[in-house]
Amino acid sequence: MIWQQLQSIAGSYPLALRGLGMTVVLSLISLVLGTLLGFCLGILRTGGNRLISGAIGAWVDLIRGTPFLVQIFLIFFILPELGIELDAFTAGIIALTNLAACFICEIVVAGIRSVPTGQVEAALASGLSRWQRMRQVVLPQAMRIVLPPLVGQYVLLIKDSSVVSAIGLTDLTRVGWLVVQRVPNGLLVFFLVGLGYFIVCYPLIMLARRLEQRMGAAHGEVQL
Amino acid sequence: MADGHSGHLHYSLLPTHYCPLTMLENFSFRTIVEYLPLFGQGLVTTVWLSVLSFAGALAVGIVLAAMNLQRGRLFRVPAKAYIDAVRATPLLAQLYFLYFGLPRLGFILPEFVVGILALSLNSGAYVAEIIRAGILSIPRGQVEAGVASGMTYVQRMRLVILPQAFKVTIPPLLGQAIVLVKDSALLSLISVAELTRAGQLLASDRFMPAEGFITIAAFYLLLYYGLKGLAALSGRWLGLAGARA
Repeated sequence: MIWQQLQSIAGSYPLALRGLGMTVVLSLISLVLGTLLGFCLGILRTGGNRLISGAIGAWVDLIRGTPFLVQIFLIFFILPELGIELDAFTAGIIALTNLAACFICEIVVAGIRSVPTGQVEAALASGLSRWQRMRQVVLPQAMRIVLPPLVGQYVLLIKDSSVVSAIGLTDLTRVGWLVVQRVPNGLLVFFLVGLGYFIVCYPLIMLARRLEQRMGAAHGEVQL
Repeated sequence: MADGHSGHLHYSLLPTHYCPLTMLENFSFRTIVEYLPLFGQGLVTTVWLSVLSFAGALAVGIVLAAMNLQRGRLFRVPAKAYIDAVRATPLLAQLYFLYFGLPRLGFILPEFVVGILALSLNSGAYVAEIIRAGILSIPRGQVEAGVASGMTYVQRMRLVILPQAFKVTIPPLLGQAIVLVKDSALLSLISVAELTRAGQLLASDRFMPAEGFITIAAFYLLLYYGLKGLAALSGRWLGLAGARA
């Protein structure tokens, strides 16, 4: 019985590979875009302009305050009503990138605020421009605080990418859902699905932990 | 241009930035009001599902943290493995694991019970880490002072460590509660009639996704700001109580 089910599951490995590929591609694209956007938002938020930083803060709160599933539905079903045609894949990328950007923005803000003001003042006194101050003085020091939670955020992003299966994208979770209709052994099927995620996420969790220890040792205390 | 899609024609001739106006014109507050009882029920369901799941998560978390803090490997290794397994896999996969897996083991449970179980077991792993971090944050000197005063292990735990650790864990626990409320939206995917499900119903019954999903987003924000305010309050209260060294 189990043997037959295993065979049947093994038979659907092309589907499983496609699902894993979809999960990796979705996560990777939104990871890169989300990191870029998140850093921009974080830097803008700590900049002097109150209007900009207020708007970013409000947007981040809006995203942090609603479930990701609802955000996906909003993007997938409402953007077309606004005249923006998009398929499930694009909607998934937009939703994941936005989510990642908002959380990374908060991480970056915490990192930038952790840099002592004396450092900025010294840079100012040395005649560095705004951009030079940020790039050569503030960000390198902020990275110590930023890096461990940033890697943790990537794990969350990969896990959150499973939610896009709700709008019909064939990612790893969706593949499990499809296979379980045929092979009635939810324990086995979703154990394997979980294993797929575990293989991707666990090394990242270990990395985050190691970074946290290293940065913590170098810096005394790490904010999570 | 006259290709029969006359209904769509004048939309496509307009620049896209005109379309928000047409959407706002169609936005039906009346339908939202009409469905308000459904949203209310969904909100109430989301709240009590979250409360029960959070209680379950606390129970799971306390047991796991206690196991994780033991010297012996017998308890520590399984607890660590469980926590890692939960943290490295998505909640949705865990939910489906229970939803499709439990009937196979002979447990035929209502969907909402499966949902509460999944949320408790998932959040429990995070709660365990919060509690462990709280206990480990107590300076060693405190424990040593307890030992020097001749206290037993239980006395040290009860009188020295836990009262201090309790304060440290409250703000992150409230943070986890916020995560849990948002995570409970996934239960709509196994057709538990909570808040997100209410939005889906409006979206599919009346083809009004904007009305449905914007409304539930507003309700979730209400819960979010409530819990966030509570977290800020507790932080201030704990600060006044002198929790920080």
